[in-house]
Amino acid sequence: MPLAIRRLVAQPSFYATAGAVLVWLVIVAHSHGVGGGAVISGALNYSVFFALVGVGQMLVMASGAGNIDLSIPANITLAAYLSSGQMQGANAGMAAGFAIGLLSGVIIGLANALLILALRIPPMVATLASGLVIESFCFAYSRVSVAKPAPLLVSFTTQRLAGIPLVVIAAIVASAAVIAVLKRSLFGRHIFACGQNMTAAWLAGVNVRRTRVFAYVACSTFAALAGILFAGFTGGPSLNMGSEFLLSSIAVVVIGGTNVAGGQASVVGTWSASIFLFLLLTMLNVFQVDPGLKNVITGALIIAVLALGKANRPQAQ
Amino acid sequence: MANTSRRYAENAGSALAVLMSKRSTLSVIALVLVLVAVFWMRPNIARYNGVRLLLNLSPVLIFTALAQMFIMTASDIDLSIGSFVALVNVIVAGIASPGLAAAALLACVAGYGLMGALIHWLRLPSIVVTLGASFVWLGLGLMVLPLPGGDVPLWLSDAMRLRPPWVPAPVLVALVAMLLGHLILYQTSFGVILRGVGSSPAALERAGRSTLRARMSLYALAGICGVIAGVFLAGITTTGDANVGRGLTLLSVGAVIIGGGEFVGGIVSPVGTVMGALVMQLSGSLLSFASVAPAWQYSVQGGILVCILGLRAISWRRVVT
Repeated sequence: MPLAIRRLVAQPSFYATAGAVLVWLVIVAHSHGVGGGAVISGALNYSVFFALVGVGQMLVMASGAGNIDLSIPANITLAAYLSSGQMQGANAGMAAGFAIGLLSGVIIGLANALLILALRIPPMVATLASGLVIESFCFAYSRVSVAKPAPLLVSFTTQRLAGIPLVVIAAIVASAAVIAVLKRSLFGRHIFACGQNMTAAWLAGVNVRRTRVFAYVACSTFAALAGILFAGFTGGPSLNMGSEFLLSSIAVVVIGGTNVAGGQASVVGTWSASIFLFLLLTMLNVFQVDPGLKNVITGALIIAVLALGKANRPQAQ
Repeated sequence: MANTSRRYAENAGSALAVLMSKRSTLSVIALVLVLVAVFWMRPNIARYNGVRLLLNLSPVLIFTALAQMFIMTASDIDLSIGSFVALVNVIVAGIASPGLAAAALLACVAGYGLMGALIHWLRLPSIVVTLGASFVWLGLGLMVLPLPGGDVPLWLSDAMRLRPPWVPAPVLVALVAMLLGHLILYQTSFGVILRGVGSSPAALERAGRSTLRARMSLYALAGICGVIAGVFLAGITTTGDANVGRGLTLLSVGAVIIGGGEFVGGIVSPVGTVMGALVMQLSGSLLSFASVAPAWQYSVQGGILVCILGLRAISWRRVVT
């Protein structure tokens, strides 16, 4: 293979992107070339939420083996309820709604970090427990309040500029900022250093604790942001709105080429994987595959993409 | 482990200290506390029938947790066990021919072994492979039984109503599960090899053992436990539902960890895991007895999890320093 192609294939995000393009081509071929743009636009509008959540999960997973945030679904739901409850369906409360939703995300991130670092509870169980607690708050809050997103937020999540949803443009800007932070800032290098070898990072003078706290706070803030926006997109929060994000937040990160063992991450890959998974479901719907088989194919493809990526990326051990 | 116990005992010089450094101790204490609280609030339950009803569903979580424990013995994690148990439940309830159902269950166990082989050969992270597999199990379950329903063989639902003398059936099941798990992992040379996958695969290879075969055995054992859990679920609920396994996966991880298990290093305790499963199961009933509002039950469950693990972190820190 020519070097250029070999380099392309070696990119962590290659398989997710190739998969997304392939599935898109199948969909367009099936409709005889009609509506290809609309498919992309629709896919972007929906997968943007998964990408935002995925970028957060990615930061946590990149900060070391075993790091994971399972409180994301509850976090999304709580932020959606708090922000929409503040907005009460009026534009006037929008800024306050955003502030309160993001604040809940930050607090959840700090609480997770506290459980993991101070009490030394393994991240998987710590965030599982905090997720349970947050779920209680969601239940309690949903009973006492009327939660309705501001009209401006609703239109922001559905309006398009030259075919691209506004919320997608905003999310791309945020993701670009994450890329810049990861590639160019000290914090980004510290995350990867912790992810590759925590002891070595500590010996090299990295403030491991602070870095991990940042990773968890960033993750839950991204999830909260996605929750606020998703409430606008779906017209209002619901108690189970976060549940589908639990497994998919992990799936998009790993299919996107981020190493589960930590130390390496791909924002572009996470986006590609979000779009890939959504297009895949679209394709299976277009072909009217029955729900059972749809799940089997999705699962098999997740494993296949992962296996392919691993086989062709020997350096990512 | 014996070493740590001894060292700790020398440091603190008391029998209590030895007890505290045992991996399963905290789960025993937690279980006793939960049981005392339940019996105190509802004295009527402290009888044969009360215990039988209280623990009616516990075999499902016990065997799901044991399955998770076998996977965690290999330092892996299984995000698919919940939907696997649901798949077994659906096969039992949805496939009428006994021969076909038995063959399907065998295939399920083989599928689990293969999953282990795939993870081993390609050195894939188990968390993602099992994540993908969870969709596969769910999908297969939906293909067998698209909507909840089906019929469970009469002999199975009858077996669930058995009343052995003196000891209620769920307690008996818990004891047998503990014993078997302990025998397999800690009383046989096979168990040493199995634990080696998680603690020291390199040493295992150098000793001429196949880590691949050992890991496949662990996954197959997990598959068998998953099948047992699913059969219990079908027998107790007398119906099949492909979506029933959602909460089970994370509860099983909680049970293993409460029971003194670790995510890496092949450190698990079958006895502790069963206790942990009982604690998770009972804390739900405890909260409804205490008339905690349903909304806050999750919170208290999460709180219990944090307390137990926080306590363990503190007592273990004393061991290390």
